[in-house]
Amino acid sequence: MSGGMRTGPLDYLARWPLRLWLAGVGLFLYLPLVALVAFSFNDSKRTTVWRGFTLDWYAQLWEDGELVAAFGNSLVIAAASTLISLVLGTAAALLLWRFRFAGKSVLEAVLGLPIVVPEICLGVAFLVFFTAIVPWPTELPWPANLGAIIIAHATFSFSFVALVVRARLASFDGALAEAARDLGAGEWLIFRDIMVPHLVPGLVAGALLAFTLSLDDFVITFFTSGPDTITFPIKVYSMVRFSVTPAVNAASTLLILLTAALTALALWLQGADIAKQAA
Amino acid sequence: MSGGNQEQRPGQAPGVFAAVGLPPIVWLAALFIAPLAVIWAYSFGENRTLVDIAITGNWGSYARALKPLYLAILLKSLGFAALTTLICFILGLPVALAISFASPRAKLLLLLAVMLPFWTNLLIRTYALMAILRTEGLINSALGGLWGLVPGLPPFEPLPLINNNFAVVVGLVYVHLPFMVLPLYAALDRLDRSLIEASLDLGAGHVATLWRVVVPMALPGIISGIIITFIPALGAYLAPDLLGGTNSQMIANVIERQFRSANDWPFGAALSFLLMYLTFAALLLQSLVSRRSAAREAQR
Repeated sequence: MSGGMRTGPLDYLARWPLRLWLAGVGLFLYLPLVALVAFSFNDSKRTTVWRGFTLDWYAQLWEDGELVAAFGNSLVIAAASTLISLVLGTAAALLLWRFRFAGKSVLEAVLGLPIVVPEICLGVAFLVFFTAIVPWPTELPWPANLGAIIIAHATFSFSFVALVVRARLASFDGALAEAARDLGAGEWLIFRDIMVPHLVPGLVAGALLAFTLSLDDFVITFFTSGPDTITFPIKVYSMVRFSVTPAVNAASTLLILLTAALTALALWLQGADIAKQAA
Repeated sequence: MSGGNQEQRPGQAPGVFAAVGLPPIVWLAALFIAPLAVIWAYSFGENRTLVDIAITGNWGSYARALKPLYLAILLKSLGFAALTTLICFILGLPVALAISFASPRAKLLLLLAVMLPFWTNLLIRTYALMAILRTEGLINSALGGLWGLVPGLPPFEPLPLINNNFAVVVGLVYVHLPFMVLPLYAALDRLDRSLIEASLDLGAGHVATLWRVVVPMALPGIISGIIITFIPALGAYLAPDLLGGTNSQMIANVIERQFRSANDWPFGAALSFLLMYLTFAALLLQSLVSRRSAAREAQR
């Protein structure tokens, strides 16, 4: 592209109709979210007229024992399912990267399925599986009673982890492992001291992705959770069904902040990784 | 990137093969394929009692799913998803175009701006829209306020913006727009710009260039954007559940009801698998298109 300061024919961003269009789409995407966050600080039960700043709704959330418990459940589920999907996803990525075997393309296709199967189908499949086929005991002590949800979350997120780790593996120099092997290193040593250090950015990105996916999931959890295993989105859903109140706005704002922080961390880590590779 | 990677046969390192192969394969088989297979088997079953389902190999549930009442819901879901995809395309194409021709810095910011709502919880985004659209929502109170400024008008009638088909499509577009913009951007970003410049230099207008040069060149990316948007829109549950009325239920809502309140698992299972088959058909279409375009690229 010939650079320069003048407006080129392809500098669409400088043209007013397109700017107007972008502003309109931006308004459509952000107005609901901005209003949601703004009215969580509104000193009124109504969510349309601004009456003044308050943090009362956040204080009210803190006193809602069920909501706090649901938030705790969500964090435990996200942490456990992230750990499982990290192990499974990395194993699957290594398997597909290192070996050529019969049925490899079938496995690749099946591994991609959890990403594309409609959430509702996977949700009802887990519902039936955990009630009729392998009933998950309901009276287990916390956090074991969350097991069914953890399994469901790990199942849909480990495909994503495998995708991210496999992308990172593509840049691994096989000669390094070869050299280590010639010098007498065993498989485990090669994995721990050569592959893992290379994979760290992919592992971190995959873990953050799995954590966010778990924290965000509503539909699949909706079908696997019982009365004693409420997660944060499930609790927010029942609040939404009941009424639109600033307390729901406050709960939503907290979740948005948490997700945004995790995403920013992931992007920052990947950015740092790209910068390091470029240097 | 030197060295590269020589793929091994399992026999060359059987221990490693088992260690990295068994956990994901066993997990997928036992906790992903098995639950789906159970649903698939149930779709050929019959309710004996409430919880006892006999798998009798009959097609009754599928036949029922294709009766006018449910066929109408299926067609409505397809229609909603198609309309959503079309609106997302119309809204998203100029956005993708602007991003792909922006300066690197503006590009990054705009991509982040598109991604951020994408990373926000689906339920929360749907709720945010509820608060805007409902009868006492932001739009209606703003309109009511303006209405009150004009003397002599009859009392303000709030617009019916929620609990109807309109709200469902708005909700689906709101949630799925990033699904469309990102693949469109990826396709447009790879285009040979000299062809676009040539078209403009030779006197074609921007709209004609867009329609006759950019769209045909970016067609594989456009089709993948369309399919990536269409699939989740077709299976959407929350938007019709929270924004729709009694007449705007989609297939996912009917499935949910069979499992959670109507307790007709075989019927719900048949509907789930109809949705799965529709999804697979869309994916197959996408892989055929991308294979064809790859073959055409190779011929050049």
